[in-house]
Amino acid sequence: MTRRAPESDGAQSGPVVAADVQHWPNPVFHKLREFGVRHVTYVPDAGQARLIELCQACREMEATVLTTEEEGIGILAGAWLGGERGVLLMQSSGVGNCINILSLAKVCSFPLLMIVSMRGEWGEANPWQVPMGQITAENLRLAGVIVYEVTEAEAAAPAVEAAARIAFNGGLMVAVLLSQRMLGAKLFKD
Amino acid sequence: MNQPNELSRRSAVARILADRRDTLVVTGLGSPTYDCAAVGDHPLNFYLWGAMGSAVTVGLGLALAQPERRVLVLTGDGEMLMGLGALATVAVKRPQNLAVVVIDNEHYGETGMQRSHTSAGVDLAGIALTCGFRWTTTVKQAGELDKVVPILHTAEGPIVVVLKVSSNRDPLVLPPWDGALLKSRFRQALLDKSRG
Repeated sequence: MTRRAPESDGAQSGPVVAADVQHWPNPVFHKLREFGVRHVTYVPDAGQARLIELCQACREMEATVLTTEEEGIGILAGAWLGGERGVLLMQSSGVGNCINILSLAKVCSFPLLMIVSMRGEWGEANPWQVPMGQITAENLRLAGVIVYEVTEAEAAAPAVEAAARIAFNGGLMVAVLLSQRMLGAKLFKD
Repeated sequence: MNQPNELSRRSAVARILADRRDTLVVTGLGSPTYDCAAVGDHPLNFYLWGAMGSAVTVGLGLALAQPERRVLVLTGDGEMLMGLGALATVAVKRPQNLAVVVIDNEHYGETGMQRSHTSAGVDLAGIALTCGFRWTTTVKQAGELDKVVPILHTAEGPIVVVLKVSSNRDPLVLPPWDGALLKSRFRQALLDKSRG
């Protein structure tokens, strides 16, 4: 996530300017702990940087950095076979990388909790992010994933709680999408 | 061109699994799954029938969750090539209990025996070693395999053993492919519970 102070000339209801949203990672982290999530698999992501740091610093969590997002689906399936729970943190671009491997979670009814920070969705400056960002939710739903779209920071932790309960109790795939409306959009300025 | 490989995949896998004891086994889709089933079905075998490229990552997650148990991934060259990044991810985590066997016939057996990258010299053991695996080797003869099997089951991981095997086709031996069943019976056998 790129954090920026609101620009002084952003008088028109400037939706692309990041608000100070650092109050959501802590409650989300505590929800993950509450649900016994141990394996935190992730591809480095600015939007979830603080959450990733919290998980890395937690002695009861095993944070695993991935080369590509679909590795997390395999790792979490293996962890579940071994009796443990996990989460996959990624950007919306990573959802495209995951599509075929979602079949592993689907066909075996592995729980799969995903937290996805959106790119190319709302006020994106980089046009290369837009094609995947615009089809992320629809692709997930087509693949059989339950999707919760979160647009306000205070709704993130309740959504993660709801998603974790459905995923772990039902052996289902659930994705919480964190909108650029709450994360802000990267503006490519120094 | 290289001499054709002579090692029989079925007898190699049978030799490896004869000493498995309570090892947890994950197989990659296609022939490695059939090779493992040909030795005999086992509740602590988790067979992948799809999700190509995921055998090593499933093994990694299992190894991290069960650090006291040995985890053995049996996969093929094509499946491994599709998930090469997983070797880097494993090397970063360095699970001591994870061993990977790549049954390398240098071809895609499921799709008509097209040649794979390893037939042109791509060296999977070398890739794993430079990623940071603790030990890797490539086996071409049955005699070498006898020396490698004890290492495979006991050496500090992560390790990779590439078996250069014949590209002859073996009879199909199909294990169950109901994924939910495979998952639940594995957890039942390992954890004595099916719910999480």
